[in-house]
Amino acid sequence: MYEKRFDGRAFDELRPMKAKVGIVKNAVGSAMFQIGKTIALAAVYGPRELHPRHLQDISSGTLRCFYNMMAFSGSGERVKPGPSRRSREIGLVTEKAILPVLDLTEFPRTTVDVFIELLQTDAGTRCAGICAASMALADAGFKMKDLVAAVSCGLVGGKIVVDLNYEEEAQEDAVDIPIAIIPRTGEITLLQADGIVTREQLKEAISLAKRKCLEIYEIQKRALKERYEKEVK
Amino acid sequence: MITRDYIISLINSNKRFDGRNLLDYRDIKIEYNVSEKNAEGSARVKIGETEVVAGVKFEVGEPFPDTPDEGTIVVNVELTPLASSEFEIGPPGIDAIEIARVIDRGIRESRAIDFKSLCIKEGEKIWLIFIDIYPINDGGNLLDASYLAAIAALKNARFPALVEDKVDYKTRKENLKLNFLPIECTVYKIHNKYVIDPTHEEEKMINARLTVAIREDGKICAIQKGGKGPISDKDFDEMLKIAYEKAKELRSLLK
Amino acid sequence: MGKLFVKNKQIVVPGELIAKGMDYIPVGDAYRDGEDLIASRVSLIDINGRVIKLIPLRGTYIPKKGDIVIGRINEVGYYNWLVDIGYAYDANLSVRDATSDFIERGTELSRYYDLDEYIVTRIISVTKFKAIDLTMKGPGLKKLVGGIIINVIPQRIPRIVGKKGSMINLIKELTNCQIIVGQNGRIWIRGKNAEDEMLAIKAIRLVEEKAHTSGLTDEIKNFLMEAKKGKNV
Repeated sequence: MYEKRFDGRAFDELRPMKAKVGIVKNAVGSAMFQIGKTIALAAVYGPRELHPRHLQDISSGTLRCFYNMMAFSGSGERVKPGPSRRSREIGLVTEKAILPVLDLTEFPRTTVDVFIELLQTDAGTRCAGICAASMALADAGFKMKDLVAAVSCGLVGGKIVVDLNYEEEAQEDAVDIPIAIIPRTGEITLLQADGIVTREQLKEAISLAKRKCLEIYEIQKRALKERYEKEVK
Repeated sequence: MITRDYIISLINSNKRFDGRNLLDYRDIKIEYNVSEKNAEGSARVKIGETEVVAGVKFEVGEPFPDTPDEGTIVVNVELTPLASSEFEIGPPGIDAIEIARVIDRGIRESRAIDFKSLCIKEGEKIWLIFIDIYPINDGGNLLDASYLAAIAALKNARFPALVEDKVDYKTRKENLKLNFLPIECTVYKIHNKYVIDPTHEEEKMINARLTVAIREDGKICAIQKGGKGPISDKDFDEMLKIAYEKAKELRSLLK
Repeated sequence: MGKLFVKNKQIVVPGELIAKGMDYIPVGDAYRDGEDLIASRVSLIDINGRVIKLIPLRGTYIPKKGDIVIGRINEVGYYNWLVDIGYAYDANLSVRDATSDFIERGTELSRYYDLDEYIVTRIISVTKFKAIDLTMKGPGLKKLVGGIIINVIPQRIPRIVGKKGSMINLIKELTNCQIIVGQNGRIWIRGKNAEDEMLAIKAIRLVEEKAHTSGLTDEIKNFLMEAKKGKNV
């Protein structure tokens, strides 16, 4: 049984967070989100032309998310640069995590591209990427029903914990359950799991994630406001 | 979006859009250990609005057959579309490859790293040092910013432990020894004027550029002439002189 | 009476609760979810009695019929020009809308507007799918010669122009520059020398940055007076 977390946190305690909006001058919107030692950067470009033409949606802009780990950001050996099956899938689930809140109907036929780069990783990278991406899209001034907050919950040594770090995730029986939430409604926009888990445990993990995502949302909100406050003082 | 004529007319009157002199760098900031959990060395360099991060990873590999007792370095630049609307997804293009190769030569040929000291077991195992460079925002002069980030990341890189020929990345050992501190400085030529550290707009106007890698003992260790236009003997002398002066300035930032 | 959750001049982010109850009338990007009134874009709140205005702080330029914009010739065809007006897709300028001259079939159109030249132009139509048509017929519509063009956040254009043009006229007057403001966030500036132009740019950037602060006209006036004084010393 997992009695005390490796880094001394309570089972329902998030690692310290930092967020900053407006980190890439060239982009129309950008943000950094750090949770523990995991650091995600996101930059938004567009709306711009979408090629090939058959991908264009005549009723709305298209959101495309690209996730990438910098070659030196991972534990152990260097990560080979370039897209992998893993990074492409994460790009896909990131799009799906954000789409329910994003309204691109003002920009038919276009694409809005979000590029996510992991500068340093200590687990929970797709969730950190989603947090950064949703802030970057809000920073770009797109119409959104809400931001999206995300965190990984899971099982370590039979205990339900929030925001697993790499050491925890690497435990043999660990189960990782990344979850993204629309904070206002509590609706789920990302849910994945890998590992053996009971229905009750899964339910408990989701309800814990929902609760903790509200804390993350506060950090996101504050970072966005900080960016603009000097413009209105 | 400054028009072409405008930039040239400014530069012809020895002025720049941002108020700098032709031979001034923008503000340079160097920050170390920006990705210290997993990278054995890392740094962030900001030159004005240009920002680049670099990270160093050590791996155990096999030596080349012709240098069985030498390790080596691998320099890679990824012009990720995060940093500019002009960069695209995909394998490194020719611009990224040129930057990477110019940086590689500057470090390799300076003898700053004793490749023989990277040999673990002759003919079998050597250290491979990967230097990966990522622009975060391209505001011009990625060449100098990328080089500075690379050398800064190397400067604070530490070997991981080696346990029975396997790398233990959790334990860091001694610093990578740099026998020299080579500096690369690029001098640009825009319409018969010499310019240092162009912004993105200025960069589009360059006729020629000269990147020079210089050691602290004054020896040159690598050169790259770039850009479409030719340079005369006089150009070369002038540009080299500027590179020497500016390299000193850059080196002092790394101390 | 409903309850208000925001203060005047407060920044709201997507998903933020503005008010409860039906008493408040939103103007701008907000939506209702039952009793709740929610912000859907990064905005500044401007309260006027029961009317709550949300002033957008960022965003892409959305082409509208009648807008005067600054465009760059991106392609010269046989019957038309394609013009980059800062939207995802180029706008179309047809020969018949470009000039009242009779242009013979097969005329080299670059004689009128060449690649990479800038024009002040007006949008005459925008279709549902954002196909945009331009005209050069009308007062002030012309090719731009010399000078410099800068980009500002399109949402800040009203402030840069000021009430009845008060802000931009002040800048023109005190810098001796000709200035043309495009609704698409591009501004053309031409003065007698680079110093004047740079001063005008600095003033415009200051307005852009502090768009929503109070006493801005006086601040800009003082800034320009001081700058001119400094130069004369």
